[in-house]
Amino acid sequence: MRPLEPIGQQARILLGILFFVLFFSGWSIATFGGFVSPTFLADPITMLKDGIYLLTEQGFLEDIGMTVWRVVGGFVLSALVAVPIGIAMGAYKPIEALLEPFVSFSRYLPASAFIPLLILWAGIGELQKLLVIFIGSVFQIILMVSVSVSATRRDLVEASYTLGASDAGVVRRVLIPANAPDIAETLRLVLGWAWTYVIVAELIGASSGIGYMIINSQALMATGQIIFGIIVIGIIGLISDFAFKTVNRSLFAWRLA
Amino acid sequence: MSELIVKGVSRTFPGVRGGAPVQALHPTDLDIAKNDFVTILGPSGCGKSTLLRIIAGLDRPTTGSVLLEGQTITGPGADRGMVFQSYTLFPWLTVRENVGFGLRERGIAAKETAEIVDSYLDKVGLRGFENHWPKQLSGGMQQRTAIARALANDPKILLLDEPFGALDNQTRGLMQELLLGIWEREQKTVVFVTHDIEEAVFMASRVVTMTARPGRIKSITPVDIPHPRHYTVKASPEFSELRLKLTEEIRAEAIQAATHS
Repeated sequence: MRPLEPIGQQARILLGILFFVLFFSGWSIATFGGFVSPTFLADPITMLKDGIYLLTEQGFLEDIGMTVWRVVGGFVLSALVAVPIGIAMGAYKPIEALLEPFVSFSRYLPASAFIPLLILWAGIGELQKLLVIFIGSVFQIILMVSVSVSATRRDLVEASYTLGASDAGVVRRVLIPANAPDIAETLRLVLGWAWTYVIVAELIGASSGIGYMIINSQALMATGQIIFGIIVIGIIGLISDFAFKTVNRSLFAWRLA
Repeated sequence: MSELIVKGVSRTFPGVRGGAPVQALHPTDLDIAKNDFVTILGPSGCGKSTLLRIIAGLDRPTTGSVLLEGQTITGPGADRGMVFQSYTLFPWLTVRENVGFGLRERGIAAKETAEIVDSYLDKVGLRGFENHWPKQLSGGMQQRTAIARALANDPKILLLDEPFGALDNQTRGLMQELLLGIWEREQKTVVFVTHDIEEAVFMASRVVTMTARPGRIKSITPVDIPHPRHYTVKASPEFSELRLKLTEEIRAEAIQAATHS
């Protein structure tokens, strides 16, 4: 194979599907072939049956809805706070000097370690779930947005000054539009991480949601249900990623022109 | 009367990582009259771009000052339009929006903006490309847009920093004719930095040569070739004579720059 040689669209899709096929084949061989005890790993058919049971009898759709709502809520909340702060940090160096050390430090605080504390403060209601996602996302977004804005091409900024742009005009009409695609890409990335936080939050103190279903199924040794839950998370992630990419592509057509 | 006065301007850059400070520009004086077309010619690293950036207000002089119509320059502004060597069109704006950038920033009404933008797109021959993104344009077209963008703002003075340096030879020749044609028709004070001797002579009313670093003005040569200049003047005896004179001046500096760097 020649490095960096592009491949056709059809081959790309086929190869992408091929790996899913390989994955499920391996799983089927391990379970149907009797290599793994069904107590520990359900086979694909059981998993599907469990999934249908969850959806039709157990109201699992409602759990999915709850989890999606929490992710979106916490994520939107942190984006609303973090994007303006990140832009301000990237644009104005005194603000960066003030906040950057603290944000860098906070970024390494594991959101999941806050869960016990947040349960004390906010109980096990929705606010606690939103706060877990918020803490997990907000510092990451701030830092990544700030780095993008800081790296704006200097010659574009200089050109706008020679065209009479004011300081505020440079932020509004150069720094923000120049980095909008990178900011959108950052959000797409962090949304993926938010899914991890919500499940952890639901595993520890919740009465609904995908994570709650998973921890319940563990008590019942229903590995098929657990795997179904995990796969549902994966599928939702794939869908949201695809939606994000499509929106970005249409919003920032100038990048691809 | 001089429109632009450069008075004792020098620039010393602080040393990098404890190194000695570097003087890029000796104290320099230069007067530029209204509607003059001055080219600044010198070897690489002679401080010619530094001087231009100080006039633009993008860099500050270590000593001295620059006056535009009697006002000391303290920062960049719409009265000094600039075209850079690198492609600096805003990639997220179309050609039309790029050319209208300065007008919009100054709050000119949309209808008037559209008229001004159209007229400059005509002048640089970019009708039909109004709605293209910069990425879809060739290098020459991008620089034509950049010239239109600077001129649409109606600056008192147009500054160009090796604007055609990245273009191929044929395109560069056409761009020179285009810019000179606009200048001949509209009259504008222009300061044009280049290291290309032929370009410097063809465009200029006066050629300012600079020495190797630290840069200092070495000579000022008037170019008395009448306007409008056709590209064939490049083959005329008086053009050759000027080119030879300037080549010898610059050659000495280039040799010095090459042996001292």
